[in-house]
Amino acid sequence: MSETTAVSGRSAFVQQLEAKLGQKLVRIDEARGETTIGVLPENWLAVAAMLRDDADLHFEQLVDLCGVDYLSYGQSEWDTDDASWTGFSRGVEGEGPGRFAWANRPHPARIPHRFGVVVHLLSLRHNRRLRVRAHCSDDDLPGLPSLIGIWPSADWFEREAFDLYGIVFEGHPDLRRILTDYGFVGHPFRKDFPLIGNVEVRYDPEKKRVVYEPVTSVEPRVLVPRTIRDDSRYEQARAEAAAERKK
Amino acid sequence: MQEIKNYTMNFGPQHPAAHGVLRLVLEMDGETVVRADPHIGLLHRATEKLAESKPFNQSIGYMDRLDYVSMMCNEHAYVRAIENLLGIEAPERAQWIRTMFDEITRILNHLMWIGSNALDLGAMAVFLYAFREREELMDCYEAVSGARMHATYYRPGGVYRDLPEVMPKYGESKWHKGKDLERLNQWRGGSMLDFLDAFCADFPRRVDEYEELLTDNRIWKQRTVDIGVVSPEQALAWGMSGPMLRGSGIEWDLRKKQPYAKYAEVDFDVPVGVKGDCYDRYLVRVEEMRQSNRIIQQCVKWLRANPGPVMVRNYKVVPPSRVEMKDDMEALIHHFKLFSEGYAVPAGETYAAVEAPKGEFGIYLVSDGANKPFRLKCRAPSFVHLSSMDAIVRGYMLPDVVAMIGTYDVVFGEVDR
Repeated sequence: MSETTAVSGRSAFVQQLEAKLGQKLVRIDEARGETTIGVLPENWLAVAAMLRDDADLHFEQLVDLCGVDYLSYGQSEWDTDDASWTGFSRGVEGEGPGRFAWANRPHPARIPHRFGVVVHLLSLRHNRRLRVRAHCSDDDLPGLPSLIGIWPSADWFEREAFDLYGIVFEGHPDLRRILTDYGFVGHPFRKDFPLIGNVEVRYDPEKKRVVYEPVTSVEPRVLVPRTIRDDSRYEQARAEAAAERKK
Repeated sequence: MQEIKNYTMNFGPQHPAAHGVLRLVLEMDGETVVRADPHIGLLHRATEKLAESKPFNQSIGYMDRLDYVSMMCNEHAYVRAIENLLGIEAPERAQWIRTMFDEITRILNHLMWIGSNALDLGAMAVFLYAFREREELMDCYEAVSGARMHATYYRPGGVYRDLPEVMPKYGESKWHKGKDLERLNQWRGGSMLDFLDAFCADFPRRVDEYEELLTDNRIWKQRTVDIGVVSPEQALAWGMSGPMLRGSGIEWDLRKKQPYAKYAEVDFDVPVGVKGDCYDRYLVRVEEMRQSNRIIQQCVKWLRANPGPVMVRNYKVVPPSRVEMKDDMEALIHHFKLFSEGYAVPAGETYAAVEAPKGEFGIYLVSDGANKPFRLKCRAPSFVHLSSMDAIVRGYMLPDVVAMIGTYDVVFGEVDR
């Protein structure tokens, strides 16, 4: 897994990927022995086919595919960089999914290319893993070509990503919801979907059937605010590792 | 002549052979399956979204509830993902304990599987035999963590506490007394390791008993041989792992190929099947129980000889002991911060996989530097296996579908998450 070459500090595998995929790579990085590549949606299928069929890469298994919503990435609810005069209230004024109900969900500042799809591949022949990521170009109707023709196991994973994030996979023959209820509205894993949900279900003895109503039995609440701490120890560790590599 | 049409049949979600809450819509031509459409999600609890809303440590317990018959293996993947990002490593003894409990979990899972699968296919007795041994191992879970199933025992940086010196005994009751009580407490005189020693010495004989009931059983073979054949190509294409992949003759085991914890240092064999039918997968799982038994014996031996810490002493991640907290201000602050806010994990992403009893259980963790995960994805083996249902069972008969569900070893906690 880690045949690192001393010359450039990059592993042979990364160099191989760069040579084979060249212009199609948006980014490539290696951290903790894991390799991640980023590709553009238009190259999604071509890169996938190459990764599976090339004898030196030969990723015969798609291990996992999932959607990620990068909205609110890196946002803290408990700002501690400077001295603060706002006191405890700064910890209860966040916009996280646990803090609002469906009716008053916020429409926060949009970020470009909010939705990403992350694929984990495994090559049994070379005993290697690879992570591939693409960001959907349209945020209102995020979409990507379906990988189902290349790895059949993408089938349910893509249905799941569609269900939870609303990412549409073009070319998927049967893109139905999979985990949520029949007739569900919304995509629950998006960061602007409330943690308490949008509807609740109960049996109505008068109507003699199950009815769907807006959630009233749970209050939105967050027990621990989301806090980002810059920890100097990690920076120190990184610097030490870099110094080690230079030697 | 009367026109004969295919008809659609609803299998589950209340059917006992549906292993929980599987709703299977089957299109049938007579008794032959033309199309199978599993409807899942009836147990969907949004574990991944819940995990995004709380500090890292508070989600360990949720992991137990994913695949609720192989609890500690799920914890292991989650804890390993956090440790990857934090850049810490559990002490050696903790890693041996994890290896041992992963294997105990594997036996627990396979016992549950062999019992319920045999029950599905009409053999009642195996279930009773399998649960006899499951009980003993559940007691180990309880002795070490206080809970028989949802242990929350693995923590980032090690395990919650060291193995108990005394194995709890059965007390006298209306149901257990006299000779019966003596028999139950026979192995429980010493520590947990003594108990496991006695268990491991006895267990191969127990596996022989299950095999006696099934391996050459005519009915069992009629129901499993040449049923649900998965070719190696299919197994790879559908992303299968664990016994499903090995049953089809592909030698692939993360414990050997990408060893974690102490699997590189223990000696065990990886069984593979030949034909890829339900019977081969049965044989693979039975052999895995025997191999797990071997691994446990090696772990017990090591753990006996090497006492030591089971948690890292890094108070940014692991709380200090109560005693220290009482007279050390620094320790008190650490304790307060850890329990009110948790620890921040450096930004980055990682994928940590373990060889869970059902296959590859992986955790994909994205952190943006906060005290809560930004995105957590559980890659559940049952989910992947079940997605191949339609491709595998087409052309088989209705009773074979039941055999196939059994051999997939699906647990809906992790299919629906």
